[in-house]
Amino acid sequence: MNCYLGVDIGSMSTKGVIIDENNKIIALSYIWTEGNPVEAVKKLINILKNQLDKKYIVKGVGTTGSARKLIGLLLNANVVKNEIMAHAIGTLSIYPDAKTILEIGGQDSKIILLNNGIITDYAMNTLCAAGTGSFLSSQAKRLNINIEDFGPLALKSNNPVKIAARCTVFAESDLIHKAQVGYKKEDIVAGLCRSIVLNYLNNVGKGKKINSPIIFQGGVSKNIGVLKYFKEILGTDVIVDSNSHLMGALGIAILSKKNSSDKVYDLNIENIEFKTKAIECKGCSNNCEILRIYKDNRLIDNWGNRCDKYIKNC
Amino acid sequence: MANYYIPAKYLFSNILNVDIMIAPFITSKTIELGSKYSPDFVCTPFKYTLGSMIEALDNGANILLQFGGGCRYGYYSELQEKILKDLGYKFELYNLINAGKADVKRIYKTIKKIDKKFNVFKGLYYLFIAINMVKYMDKIDDYIRQNIGFEVKKGSFDKLLKEMLEKFETVKNPFSLYVLYKKYFKKFKQIKINKPNNYLKVGVIGELYTLMEPFSNYYLEKELASFNIEIKRFTNVDYLLFNNKKVHKKALKNSKKYMKYKMGADASSNVYWTKYLCEHKYDGIIHIKSSFCTPEIGVMPIIDKIASDYDIPIIYFSFDANTSEIGIKTRLEAFYDMIEMRKKR
Repeated sequence: MNCYLGVDIGSMSTKGVIIDENNKIIALSYIWTEGNPVEAVKKLINILKNQLDKKYIVKGVGTTGSARKLIGLLLNANVVKNEIMAHAIGTLSIYPDAKTILEIGGQDSKIILLNNGIITDYAMNTLCAAGTGSFLSSQAKRLNINIEDFGPLALKSNNPVKIAARCTVFAESDLIHKAQVGYKKEDIVAGLCRSIVLNYLNNVGKGKKINSPIIFQGGVSKNIGVLKYFKEILGTDVIVDSNSHLMGALGIAILSKKNSSDKVYDLNIENIEFKTKAIECKGCSNNCEILRIYKDNRLIDNWGNRCDKYIKNC
Repeated sequence: MANYYIPAKYLFSNILNVDIMIAPFITSKTIELGSKYSPDFVCTPFKYTLGSMIEALDNGANILLQFGGGCRYGYYSELQEKILKDLGYKFELYNLINAGKADVKRIYKTIKKIDKKFNVFKGLYYLFIAINMVKYMDKIDDYIRQNIGFEVKKGSFDKLLKEMLEKFETVKNPFSLYVLYKKYFKKFKQIKINKPNNYLKVGVIGELYTLMEPFSNYYLEKELASFNIEIKRFTNVDYLLFNNKKVHKKALKNSKKYMKYKMGADASSNVYWTKYLCEHKYDGIIHIKSSFCTPEIGVMPIIDKIASDYDIPIIYFSFDANTSEIGIKTRLEAFYDMIEMRKKR
């Protein structure tokens, strides 16, 4: 039987799913990227392979997320697409009538507006990482709270403090100040969750018509504190799927299914030697940083050049 | 700015008895130098032009020309002169357009100062040729933008353009320029293109410098062309020098519903163009500006309103010295996916 692999390599976590012909997830995994996408993907593929029944053969591979291009080369992917498309397709496969997707990931946040299964508008954060997953986890560390306990703790508070969350640096100093003057931890945590929602709606969601059904996804959607304030401030229900963190991977798997051919993909990639080498081109004063990609010691691609100089060499 | 150095060099080298130097092409070093000596929150074109000035001075230039007007651009020349003098450079800087007004008498006096032997008739003659050169270049550029995304052999448009510009540099009179232009337009039309029936059309609007200097917008138009998109851009030197007032007038008349008063710099024109793109059923609009560009920030809500009234997708980019190139690419790619998806509906 045929199956299709989708990998979403984000800044914080790497997600992978394998689906069958009916878009049903038959294997899934979620691990930390830890700054090394190649190693993370090798680990991820290994986990997925062990979950997979022997009767399946992989007929398509898709990659998305910030390391999509690099991992696309590693896996010989037949589809390499940005996160917005992948998230929309993944969500639509489960909620065909979805109108709004709120997504907050490790380092970016986005809003996608849909109408009749078509993306009609989208926006991504432009200012900085304030209000994204990595900010939350660094603040949890500062307050000495497990990131998993963050949401439940926030729910305990009846009086969330106001935190200036426009920018990570200011939010952090405001947070420290509030702690030093004696606010309770749960009120601070709740305030942080609330400020993330406000910041998101004022920045990414500015001027966008948020219509129901609203789907909330990405790593931060697992935080029930943030979810509570989304519901409260939008004044309507917000759906979080049990696989809300896997939507990107699911979407790209579906896209690779649509683009698949007779080609069969091998998931034994542990022994592939995948290396990158960064050089600075001295050809002109642009000093482009060229990244050369080697697979099994063979140069397969060059990135980062503004002119044609390095295209010819490979 | 892009290829416009060619008519500028042509004009000044023919009318002035001085050596004309072309500032080195803008590279990362230019913006690095410019940012280093500029106020942090000044608009990005200030940094680019300051960087170019420093590179030119380092190469031995001793006369600099700057223009000014419209918006904060009106303060560029005085501030840049002060910064460069403080750095210890010795040079003379002439601002040909002061406070947004091109005073013919003042320009004449300024040029006389640079070159005592300056001849008015010769000056006007070559000015005429240079103006025509700009107009022809803009017309050719317009054609290229419409078709470069569909060229069969990659690079054929760029190659021919380079060849044409080299020929332009050597023209002797307006007639031979015209003949050259006609000849090359024909050649451009002969370049093989593969344009499908339902191709995507995108309009690019926004702040002038960022639109016209490809390095400062991270080669946005090249990126769009690689998606096989037809590009429409209204802003060019022809607009800046000759059609500016006309477009502003039209804008106020045509876009009454959205704008009552004239806005700064090219903001009113952008309102007009947005309406034009919407009415002509373009698939998407891209608005770009340098960070901190006040007129364009002011116009964004109006543009947003027009785009939502006509249900045309629009995306905004702000560029400065620290913009992440990967971020731009991801957003552009998503924009392309979206407009393609809408088109197929």
